[in-house]
Amino acid sequence: MTSFSDIEQTIALARERPQEFSDPADQLMQAGELILENWLTAHDLEPTDEKREGFRLLALHRQGARHETSFHACRETCRELIYQLNLYQVNKDPQQIVMAAMVAMHLLLFIRGKMEIQELGEFCCNSRSATT
Amino acid sequence: MSDSTHLRDDLDTVAYYPGCALEGSGHAYNRSTKRLARKLGLKLVEIDNWNCCGAMEVKNIDPDIQNYLSVRNMSIAKHKMGLDVVMAPCNGCYHNLKKAEHDVTHREDTRETLKKMAEKTGQPEYKSGDVETIHALDWIKHAIGEKNITGKVKKSLAGLKIANYYGCMYTRPRHIFPEKDQGEGSESTSKPHFMDDLLRAAGAEIVDFPLKTACCGGAHTLSDCDTSTQLVLNILQAAEACGADVIATECPTCHSGLEMHQVRAQETLNIKTQPVMLYFTQLLGLAFGISPRQLGIHENISQSMGLLRQKGLV
Repeated sequence: MTSFSDIEQTIALARERPQEFSDPADQLMQAGELILENWLTAHDLEPTDEKREGFRLLALHRQGARHETSFHACRETCRELIYQLNLYQVNKDPQQIVMAAMVAMHLLLFIRGKMEIQELGEFCCNSRSATT
Repeated sequence: MSDSTHLRDDLDTVAYYPGCALEGSGHAYNRSTKRLARKLGLKLVEIDNWNCCGAMEVKNIDPDIQNYLSVRNMSIAKHKMGLDVVMAPCNGCYHNLKKAEHDVTHREDTRETLKKMAEKTGQPEYKSGDVETIHALDWIKHAIGEKNITGKVKKSLAGLKIANYYGCMYTRPRHIFPEKDQGEGSESTSKPHFMDDLLRAAGAEIVDFPLKTACCGGAHTLSDCDTSTQLVLNILQAAEACGADVIATECPTCHSGLEMHQVRAQETLNIKTQPVMLYFTQLLGLAFGISPRQLGIHENISQSMGLLRQKGLV
């Protein structure tokens, strides 16, 4: 497991000094995967190496989302991270890395928050009763 | 039953369900929505004796009670007032009414329970499709549209850089919004754009904002303040990084959360962020020449008058 504070530092560095990485987009994608790996490991699950729609991040999200309706919120965050990183691959605009870093940070805050407060995200958009 | 994947056409007169937040912390949203309706020649008929929709908490304790609370409002609109469109500006109310509609449409046990509850209370039974619930964004988008908005602008929002924050309950979970994701002209659940479309039509520059539906901590905003402050701070900093002067909102809970945690982040973390928060109805109202006071801008916690003066909007 990589600690959340280490992941947070990587995200901050990718945002502020992307030139320090040979591929900042790759770093941010890895950061996203590490965040979800932490969630899965904490729940005694072996993080998958499979991909979904071409991305391991989405497969990890799906693995974590089983029986966890409050993961609707981070589904959108994971897809937005991929979207921003895809845009970066096309136009190499550094602003896209800034945006992707903010999205990755949101994923970290949400998952870390859920590991501290289990019910985070369960009382609003992810009403359990709508899906049971 | 109506076609749930398409909004009805005639939205000039709708049943108005303000919900409790618009009578309290979201009063400015209530005021600006009503004022905007008057300016645009649209009629809002407030639902008689409306009740709480169940908000965020009741549904997790007893979903049947929550559904009943929601359908009671819809039933009054249909059977007592003869209106078949309910407009709810609050994301929480909108979400709950849509969820109740979904459950009534798809679940036999819900229909049975709600029928018994209606019999006990003497309320006419609500049936699937009796009304269509829409959000304030749907209402302005479909009743007025971008072309008409552009034609009515007296003070363009040009020069104002806006990040639109839709919050979570406007689009999630996707299955309770069958009219969304229907291609051209419909709203998207992954990348909502109705607020972008409307404010752009009024002249604003809409920035590419990647956290437009991100979680703000929601119902935990009071019980677990620190988590919410961090989530909101990230939203505010992202808007700032996008170059936004303003975060436009369309939900009283989102709006209050952004405002309160902006202050809290400054006080507890010593991190100041620049964007100001305004309801989209306030921004459209300003573009149509309505005064800030009539739009309740003085009721916002976020201090936007300096920016609005600087941009020539007041």
